Amino acid sequence: MSSKVIVTTTINGEEFEFLCEPRQSLLEVLRDVLGFTGAKEGCNNGNCGACNVLLDGVLVNSCLVLGVEAEGRTIETIEGMAAGGRLHPLQQKFLEHAALQCGVCTPGFLLAAKALLDHNPDPTEAEVRHWLAGNLCRCTGYDKIIRAVLDAADAV
Amino acid sequence: MTTTASPYKVIGTRPVRPDGVDKVTGRAIYGADVRLPGMLHGKVLRSPHAHARILCIDASAALALRGVHAVITAQDMPAISDKIADLGESTVNLRYASNNILAHDKVLYYGHAVAAVAADNVHIAEEALSLIRVEYEVLPHVLDGKQAMAPDAPILLDDLRTNELGKLGDRPTNVAEHIRHQRGDLTKGFAEADVIVERTFHTATVHQGYIEPQNATALWNEDGQLFIWCSTQGAFSVQEQLAELLQIPVSRIIVTPTEIGGGFGGKINVYLEPLAALLSRKAGHRPVKMVMTRAEVLAATGPTSGSYIRVKMGARRDGVITAAEAELIYEAGAFPGSPVGAGCGVIFAPYRLENVQIDGYDVVVNRPKAAAYRAPGGTNAAFASETVVDELAEKLGMDPIEFRLRNAVREGDRRADGPEYKRIGLIETLEAARSHPHYTAPLTGKHRGRGVATGFWFNWGGKSSATATVNRDGTVNLIEGSTDIGGSRASIAMQLAETLGIPYEDVRPQVVGTAGVGYNDVTGGSRTTFGTGWAVYEVGKKILAEMRQRAADYWGVPVEEVSVADGVFAYNGESLSFRELAGKLDTPVTASASVHPQNYGPGFGVHIVDVEVDVETGKVTILRYTAAQDVGKAIHPSYVEGQLQGGVAQGVGWALNEEYVYDEKGRLLNATLLDYRMPTALDLPMIDTVLVEVANPGHPYGVRGVGEVPIVPPAAAIANAIYRAIGVRMTELPMSPPRIVAALARKRQDGVAA
Ligand code: FES
Ligand code: FES
Repeated sequence: MSSKVIVTTTINGEEFEFLCEPRQSLLEVLRDVLGFTGAKEGCNNGNCGACNVLLDGVLVNSCLVLGVEAEGRTIETIEGMAAGGRLHPLQQKFLEHAALQCGVCTPGFLLAAKALLDHNPDPTEAEVRHWLAGNLCRCTGYDKIIRAVLDAADAV
Repeated sequence: MTTTASPYKVIGTRPVRPDGVDKVTGRAIYGADVRLPGMLHGKVLRSPHAHARILCIDASAALALRGVHAVITAQDMPAISDKIADLGESTVNLRYASNNILAHDKVLYYGHAVAAVAADNVHIAEEALSLIRVEYEVLPHVLDGKQAMAPDAPILLDDLRTNELGKLGDRPTNVAEHIRHQRGDLTKGFAEADVIVERTFHTATVHQGYIEPQNATALWNEDGQLFIWCSTQGAFSVQEQLAELLQIPVSRIIVTPTEIGGGFGGKINVYLEPLAALLSRKAGHRPVKMVMTRAEVLAATGPTSGSYIRVKMGARRDGVITAAEAELIYEAGAFPGSPVGAGCGVIFAPYRLENVQIDGYDVVVNRPKAAAYRAPGGTNAAFASETVVDELAEKLGMDPIEFRLRNAVREGDRRADGPEYKRIGLIETLEAARSHPHYTAPLTGKHRGRGVATGFWFNWGGKSSATATVNRDGTVNLIEGSTDIGGSRASIAMQLAETLGIPYEDVRPQVVGTAGVGYNDVTGGSRTTFGTGWAVYEVGKKILAEMRQRAADYWGVPVEEVSVADGVFAYNGESLSFRELAGKLDTPVTASASVHPQNYGPGFGVHIVDVEVDVETGKVTILRYTAAQDVGKAIHPSYVEGQLQGGVAQGVGWALNEEYVYDEKGRLLNATLLDYRMPTALDLPMIDTVLVEVANPGHPYGVRGVGEVPIVPPAAAIANAIYRAIGVRMTELPMSPPRIVAALARKRQDGVAA
């Protein structure tokens, strides 16, 4: 086993320092080392989006990022989305539209949708579908997810 | 689409689900999120062969690795004798189940579990797996159901004998069972027909595709108490399966269900739970957590059966079906137990038939053991029969919905497999589809077509228990044991609130495990809102009766003189609201109920789909989709719509893309979510739903199960639409681009519609 590296990173506005094996993915570090279990593992190879986080504001599959790459970076996870104790409009709209069934894909969708609205506040349905095509949901058929995102865009 | 004024205050509204905030903030604890002090991590060694004898297993090098605490093989499993266990949506022979969990003497499919390891972390456990040496004698394998039925096919299970229409055969075989349903006179029926259509269909193995992989955490204490945390469709089912597989008393097992990331039938059978338990005991009674990788999920957990289906139907010029015949061959995977029985029930369920025969074969092949998948066996069957029905209508020059209406079953009709229908809503649903704007909307453009298909599912009641407590402030805590996969906490709590006459917000439901509530069957068979709804209705009535008594005591009058309506207790001009009365309770009011309701009421759906076919690439695009369904009563319409939309999406994947691909050695080639291609948001349009409400008389609020019906029609509806688009009858699933291109090439060659 290779030796561990000290990594310093900012997660949801708070600084964290942790020991990281070079082979550990950011997803593994978030979930198993730091306890941010809101990021889910659906495939561990970039195909489902359940592990999405924002890395310096950019949407990434955390299963495809190494933990050591977090050094000096800023990470936003689902746990940081409801700022100041208030749900983000996307979270609110997902609830109102019943855009989740089992909910395991939900954190990934919410972060992906947030990344979309952050740079395109008024997307079309086609743009939302295109943007969210990296996130798999097996329960909902996407209909209510797309509606929730479009509605949230109107509300933001 | 409810038009009349609702008699209900809570039912039919769309409140936010009780577990919603936890799930949008990442706080909800799913199986893989469980973490216990001193926890070890387990991993499974799996077979690289489709069929092989295990000659020996040497785990000494793995055990010597630093950080490894235990290795188990089938030797660590207790010997199990033949016994059939009821899993709700399927049954299982426990000896086979044990063999599936860890291969005893033979591996029967690529990915079959051979050994398991517990170590300090996942990486060490994986390293240890690579150090276990297994010697195999590779045997010839068979992946295909038809080939497995051939007399010279490799035999998977030496002791298997065909149950041939109830009589046991006397020679080794891969055919576990042959069943038949028969009525009337086929020869006479076909002689009366003016048109006859006969076709043979093939459908590929597909997977449930839940996004959360299987997981289990176990702690087996020194005193024999076993604790399990896992995401499962039924904690009590896990408890019972473990009691049998590990040969310990049911009471010694406490199963605590976590949140579950989808199941669709695939999270009923146990896979990891017994391994984690055995590892925990062997590793010095430390907790062991196991989580599958996606590749393991696809290779080793229940897909649903691939199948061959032959359908022959005849009809008179006036549109009446005179005869129907079907033969269904379902691949069970490595052990008997495909959903062929259900397929036989579904295949002609929507039609009144005087002359009918249905034969079903359950066949073992070297693929993972099939598990339940949403309306198990139904999609395969309807793909075949609804395509033939469409062709009959076409040959008769009749509108396909009109043709179905002419033959549709109604109350008093009998299914080919026996039962008589009570009040059902097929006719209403067909009519709703026909009058939906989608059905008559113009569809122009090249290579575009519209298709329709019908689907049926039995639904199920099952056993449910629930308990509720009235708090001093008038709110109510509800304890239930039904896994909430798609919003059932809301639909259950709403029914209790309705019964009690109090607001939805005043009922707080909690799903607990085997230690916290009476027995509950799995969340499956579209039963939860129906069956657990029944349980909380009974709970509510008991609470109201007790509260009424307390009100009578308060006023010092006989209970008969107290009236109850809308959560208000009244006597002689005085009244107490539920809340006021709750505040006066000295002795607490709690109530429990256990039910096993039988009149669950089957459901029917009618789907309309528009497709466009790219004749160059073979890609099929879904342009528009409408799903109409008799839902009995939609308790929370949003989640009912969601069930329809989700079922359609899975059906679209099954129809167009999903399939297991093996190499010539029987190794699964596409065990990733990139290559096992499920629909994304880009592959689907909005999915319009029409909720037809023909109340089920077997439920206090008219509920029928809704979850499974919607996966039954899509493949057939899409096949029928493709036919209208390009003039080719597709008889194979998935109707993937290469198959469409090949079918078009055949059509060009033959100069006729295939
Ligand atoms: S777990 Fe990272 S994309 Fe699926
Ligand atoms: S809600 Fe279950 S996977 Fe999306």
